[in-house]
Amino acid sequence: MSTEIAPETGSAEQAPGGAPVREPQAAAVASGRGERPDDGSFDVTLRIRRYLPEKDATAYWEEFTVRANRTDRLLDALHTVKWEIDGSLTFRRSCAHGICGSDAMRINGRNRLACKALLKDLDPAKPITVEPIKGLPVVKDLVVDMEPFFASYREVMPFLITGGNTPSAERRQSPEDRARYDDTTKCILCAACTSSCPVFWNDGQYFGPAAIVNAHRFIFDSRDEGGAQRLEILNDKEGVWRCRTIFNCTEACPRGIEVTKAIQEVKRAMITRAF
Amino acid sequence: MPEAPAGTLYRGREGMWSWLAHRVTGFAIFFFLLVHVLDTALVRVSPEAYNAVIGTYKNPVMGLGEAGLVAAVVYHAFNGIRITLIDFWSKGTRYQRVMLWIVIGLFVVTMAGFLPRHLGNVFGGH
Ligand code: SF4
Ligand code: FES
Repeated sequence: MSTEIAPETGSAEQAPGGAPVREPQAAAVASGRGERPDDGSFDVTLRIRRYLPEKDATAYWEEFTVRANRTDRLLDALHTVKWEIDGSLTFRRSCAHGICGSDAMRINGRNRLACKALLKDLDPAKPITVEPIKGLPVVKDLVVDMEPFFASYREVMPFLITGGNTPSAERRQSPEDRARYDDTTKCILCAACTSSCPVFWNDGQYFGPAAIVNAHRFIFDSRDEGGAQRLEILNDKEGVWRCRTIFNCTEACPRGIEVTKAIQEVKRAMITRAF
Repeated sequence: MPEAPAGTLYRGREGMWSWLAHRVTGFAIFFFLLVHVLDTALVRVSPEAYNAVIGTYKNPVMGLGEAGLVAAVVYHAFNGIRITLIDFWSKGTRYQRVMLWIVIGLFVVTMAGFLPRHLGNVFGGH
């Protein structure tokens, strides 16, 4: 194991000004040297699985200790590392508010969005492990190649399919019909579900939960006419029947989508349409 | 692909462990059946050989193996019902965790009824 020396070890001697502390200016003055005002900030160690192909052919673990606030998320700690300690640390993020789906990663062994994972909820007393999501090729550090994931997504035709003339006004739908697929409209394509699935780890050809969720969104939309076609696509050896109801996806989804439920509904739709 | 050191194990929850246990018990039962078909087929080859093989089942080690086999079958059966309900009952996915605890409860009750009798037979003569 190559243990590179963590640039900061987070000792109590560390001057508060040098650490990434972002507390209000009005914080109480420390009563003595080496003591901090009690602003609720704390040291947290990130144990990050790094992979820098241009430097080293193998992945390794590296630890960084940073100062964090009560309100900080893992993404803030990653920013501190990247901006103040080691600029080579690579990860994706865009919105930083749980809506773009860029920063799914494996945090303490479970898929989460770094921007939605509060450090104080992750037991910061112990090092927090951060790894790229599983089952997709790692490009660099926490960045994986999402292309196989999006290829499956494209295959289920995630767009409205209709026949006949386009209506001159909007396509109307009752609130009940809209509610039928409401849950699966919430997907942000972060891949937390697909990369939490043991079936997907072992067989990258499997469509994966996210593609099925997005097929569900149209299959159960009363305005859509491509349902039969999508069911046909998913009635494949690598389609919905690969699902073993392991529920890792449901547990991982940062949008709270009942992913396994959606997959089961697609399976049942296939059975009922076949007879 | 980067090799060493290994990443961590995915920390799945009840659903993942129940699935893993279902797999493991399924394979165990399958291999037992395979052996069992073979030893039963032996009776057509030679009844003496069959008796000799079946005789070894009286061994306490085999007795413990039988207890393990029953445990595997009982778990696999009850969890199989849970999986069927997840598949066909519209509320099944929402209650999968509760159903797993029911499976474990039924498993414990069944084994508590079976083990004392069985182990008594194995270790306490006939
Ligand atoms: S279903 Fe949930 S976990 Fe899966 S890609 Fe969509 S938002 Fe992410
Ligand atoms: S950065 Fe956009 S979802 Fe986390």
